[in-house]
Amino acid sequence: MNAPTGNRATVASPQVNDDLVSVRKMVQSCIQCGTCTGSCPNAFAMDLTPRQLWRRVLLDQREAVFQSRTFMLCSACYLCTLRCPRGLPLTEAMHALKQAASREKLERYRPVTAFYRHFIESVRRHGRVNELEFMTYYFAEMKNPMLPLRYSGLGLRLVAKGKLPLRWPLRRTQPLEALFRKVAELEEAR
Amino acid sequence: MKYHYYPGCSLEGTAREYDQSTRALLTALEVELADIENWTCCGASAAEATSELLAMALPARNLALAEHQADSMDVLVPCSACYLNLKTVAEKMQSDAPLAARIHAALGEEGLHLKGRLRVRHLLDVLATDLGPAAIRARAARPLVGLRIAPYYGCQCLRPYADFDDPEMPTSMEPLIRAAGAEVFPWKMGGRCCGASHMSTQREVGIALVAGILEAARGADAVVTVCPMCQMNLEAFQGLVGRTAGKDLHISVLYLPQLIGLALGLDAATLGLDLNLAFHGEVKRKIAAADGAGPAGGSRDESPAHGRRITAVEEAC
Repeated sequence: MNAPTGNRATVASPQVNDDLVSVRKMVQSCIQCGTCTGSCPNAFAMDLTPRQLWRRVLLDQREAVFQSRTFMLCSACYLCTLRCPRGLPLTEAMHALKQAASREKLERYRPVTAFYRHFIESVRRHGRVNELEFMTYYFAEMKNPMLPLRYSGLGLRLVAKGKLPLRWPLRRTQPLEALFRKVAELEEAR
Repeated sequence: MKYHYYPGCSLEGTAREYDQSTRALLTALEVELADIENWTCCGASAAEATSELLAMALPARNLALAEHQADSMDVLVPCSACYLNLKTVAEKMQSDAPLAARIHAALGEEGLHLKGRLRVRHLLDVLATDLGPAAIRARAARPLVGLRIAPYYGCQCLRPYADFDDPEMPTSMEPLIRAAGAEVFPWKMGGRCCGASHMSTQREVGIALVAGILEAARGADAVVTVCPMCQMNLEAFQGLVGRTAGKDLHISVLYLPQLIGLALGLDAATLGLDLNLAFHGEVKRKIAAADGAGPAGGSRDESPAHGRRITAVEEAC
């Protein structure tokens, strides 16, 4: 088995294995019919099709699961959940895999998990999201000088329309600190 | 008719015109909205990718605040992502007792309690079901004759909860579009995914999904949406997506309440049409011409008020 390298885990740790147990329960009765794959609007971009991903979850092939980009490409359209002949909560299972990747700070998913993490941290601080603030922190973490350029065109148009206030938010206008702390405590206790 | 109103973060910023036009239209239809005081983010698509319980606690907080204000009204939500997050909590409170207990424990930290009895309703559901096309037709002072509209529903107002429409082949917008005097552009992309946040996090995939939708919409005058994320994806990247596809994919994209509001004779500024990123000249001219045709489709109204309306529409972007 591979060991984590550096200070960021690159492969599954024991915690991730626990997460896989809960996902396995969700897809336990998968009959491998492939309706999910046939329904998925993002399947064309995936390395494993959704059906193949569930098979690997069931076979406990955690490295194959957490090296795949498949679950991060789920855009939560719920077509697979709607159509699954076994009635499995497949979109929720995709979410559970995203949560595991986020919690474990798996390096290969960082461009996506960092985006969500900075979004949600902005919500923690202010109650409502502040795009300017969370994108600034996101860019700072990603350290890719080209990345902000990708957003600059749209950003300027939104500023011109007065839809993106260029002010840094005041701290603790409506803090959700207590709720976030309690949620973390409850998740930890599980 | 009165509802709790949950605008959500987008409607305060990047989708201000959705908030403006929703409020203006519902006022014109004699619907009263009670804003949920001190509402906070529903978690968007970020909480569900981070923590299962947080993705429940954030929307639960808002439902608890609404219940505290009044527990007899439905909660009206214009954003499809907010709608699904709030609705999921409302459903799970009834069906998943262990999860409900953890939600209670989290909310207790803020001194809040959630009974989970409020019904969460999407704006489209309220327009299609509670108000209906007749209410719009009766007030359509400016039927949008000659306009072909592609109804775009997106995903999360349709699925996984098939509450008010067919989750595979949605049609709930069609009678509303016709009641506004416009035609429905026949297409099959209304319930196809726009890629949600892929345009930010995995752009090449987002571009491919948006390209499919915009290509299918060619031939329509405008696409109409009921979600700020769908709207942003379809309106903001048309140049980029078109260059990638090697085609001109520019098309006007309006929020449904903006379209219906125009038919009701509300002015462009009230509906926030100056804030849209894709509202093109040809459609503005068609709307102005429909205005001139008048409700009965008769001779052109040459009154100064009519002239002002045309100018307002044409200058609105």
